[in-house]
Amino acid sequence: MASMRKVERHEARTAYVFITPTVLLFAVFTVIPVVMALYLSFTNYDVLSRNDWVGLENYRRLIDDSLLWKTFKNVFLYSIIFVPLNIIISLLLSMLLSRAWRGVKLFRTFYYLPTLTSAVAAATVWIWLLHPEFGLVNGLLSYVGITGPAWLSETSTAMLSIVMLTLWQSVGSNMIIYLAGLQGVPDYLYESARLDGANKWASFRYITWPQLRPTTFLVSTMAIIGALQLFDQAFVLTQGGPANVTKTPVYLIYQQGFNQLQMGYASAQAFVLAVAILIFSLINMRVSKAEESII
Amino acid sequence: MGVTGGSALKQGLYKLIFYIVCILIAVVMFLPFYWSLLTSLKPDDEIFAMPIQWFPKHLTFEHYRKAFSTVPFALFFWNSLVLAVSGVLANLFFGSLSGYAFAKLRFRLNKPVFRVLLAAMMIPGIVTMIPTVYVMRHIPFAGGNDIFGGGGNGLMNSFWGIILPGASGSFAVFFMRQFFLTLPSDMLEMARIEGCGEFKIFWRIYLPLTRPALATLSIFTFQAGWNSFLWPMIVLNDPDKATIQMGLQAFSYNFQTDYGPMMAGALVAILPILVLFLALQRYFVQGIAFSGIKG
Repeated sequence: MASMRKVERHEARTAYVFITPTVLLFAVFTVIPVVMALYLSFTNYDVLSRNDWVGLENYRRLIDDSLLWKTFKNVFLYSIIFVPLNIIISLLLSMLLSRAWRGVKLFRTFYYLPTLTSAVAAATVWIWLLHPEFGLVNGLLSYVGITGPAWLSETSTAMLSIVMLTLWQSVGSNMIIYLAGLQGVPDYLYESARLDGANKWASFRYITWPQLRPTTFLVSTMAIIGALQLFDQAFVLTQGGPANVTKTPVYLIYQQGFNQLQMGYASAQAFVLAVAILIFSLINMRVSKAEESII
Repeated sequence: MGVTGGSALKQGLYKLIFYIVCILIAVVMFLPFYWSLLTSLKPDDEIFAMPIQWFPKHLTFEHYRKAFSTVPFALFFWNSLVLAVSGVLANLFFGSLSGYAFAKLRFRLNKPVFRVLLAAMMIPGIVTMIPTVYVMRHIPFAGGNDIFGGGGNGLMNSFWGIILPGASGSFAVFFMRQFFLTLPSDMLEMARIEGCGEFKIFWRIYLPLTRPALATLSIFTFQAGWNSFLWPMIVLNDPDKATIQMGLQAFSYNFQTDYGPMMAGALVAILPILVLFLALQRYFVQGIAFSGIKG
């Protein structure tokens, strides 16, 4: 009995040694920053000299910060277009390629390739792709007699360009996630539906879609969190322009914090963004839950 | 006869439509790659020619030479490689060490600590960005700091500032834990009876069995490290320490009409991941499916 306890103690001691590096790094680079995030938003920290408590001053200031709210409006607009399209396209692609026909694996590879590119490299390529005169997109449009817009410098198409670029980059990996989800749908459900005379749409609506709900929840949550923190593509493709229509909160926080060194104020902005992300994730969770009760 | 002939025809038509749709999508997904490759190899006068020249009359490596000679692209490439590989090695070691502890060893804080690590994956990166900079600057004894973390730059402007925060990512721990859970525990008991040390049991017996998981994890960590942009841009100020993504962004910003070298640079920035992907494709797909299902 005593030796049993000794073995257990020995095992626990080993475990604590093994997790020490991870826990230490986690404490320094996650726990402390999370605790500090709120604190800094009540200071005027500027890296160099000041780090004083200013109370609610930063929050009072951001209420009247019209540029900040414009950036919020921009990413909401972006998310509303990007997130549903992302889900629809990746789901359609996965359903297209979920059969075991010849060449399907090759198609999957092709659809997945864009997700390997870095945001910077992809945006660099798309700057040229969307060139108003000599770009590929307008070149193709001219074949069918359409004069394409100056995608990146017109306020009406700049955000659309970012949507196209990020969709191109993200549908491939979500397609793979959906393919894995589709594999988990038991075949007998489809068979009994067919026996009951259900058509293709009905078996999608009442079998595939509800069965994939956990997958859709995962994909949509990740897409929302990512979309609201859009930065790389907006920074490289459009530099936030024209007229700030593609400037995002993270972009603004970056400028405020690291170009103008107003880190206290930038922390307050970051905190507001985090709350927005939380709210939208919760709404998303509610929508997924609500769907359950209908079916 | 007529009925089966008709359904065979229908089946054939269905397949034909399927392949046409798949090929069209594959073309859309692949065109940006072909377009950038084409541009990087065309002489300038063919780049700016309408209609589009799909097959260049002359091939030239001039743009690659220019990209590498106007900015130190080779150095940026090397910096990114060092950072990405260090990130991979650190995550493989620390991730599997603590993943093993969480999966195979009994200790009282096992579940609570693991849950906290997992929950932290949901924290949006923007929340911790500014406070992490604060923490970095005030690491004691680093970058000219004194014992209280004052006086110097800490880990800012150093590779450690990029490697350490991500050295034992929650995803790596989670991923490795899930894999260790699938391995039997009786080898552990046997090895203990034989008098094998705890670290040796982990290192010699269990770790070699996780090779497929390690391969998948290295790919993901490498891709994340190689493609990351915002955090390196914040940490590294010294131009000699810039990563390839930073170098590419600066290049496309400073030489806005030099599309040939821009595309050459973008392709060089994509190439390592592309090569890795083509060599280790099945680990990629397994990994996404895995993180999708279990995530």
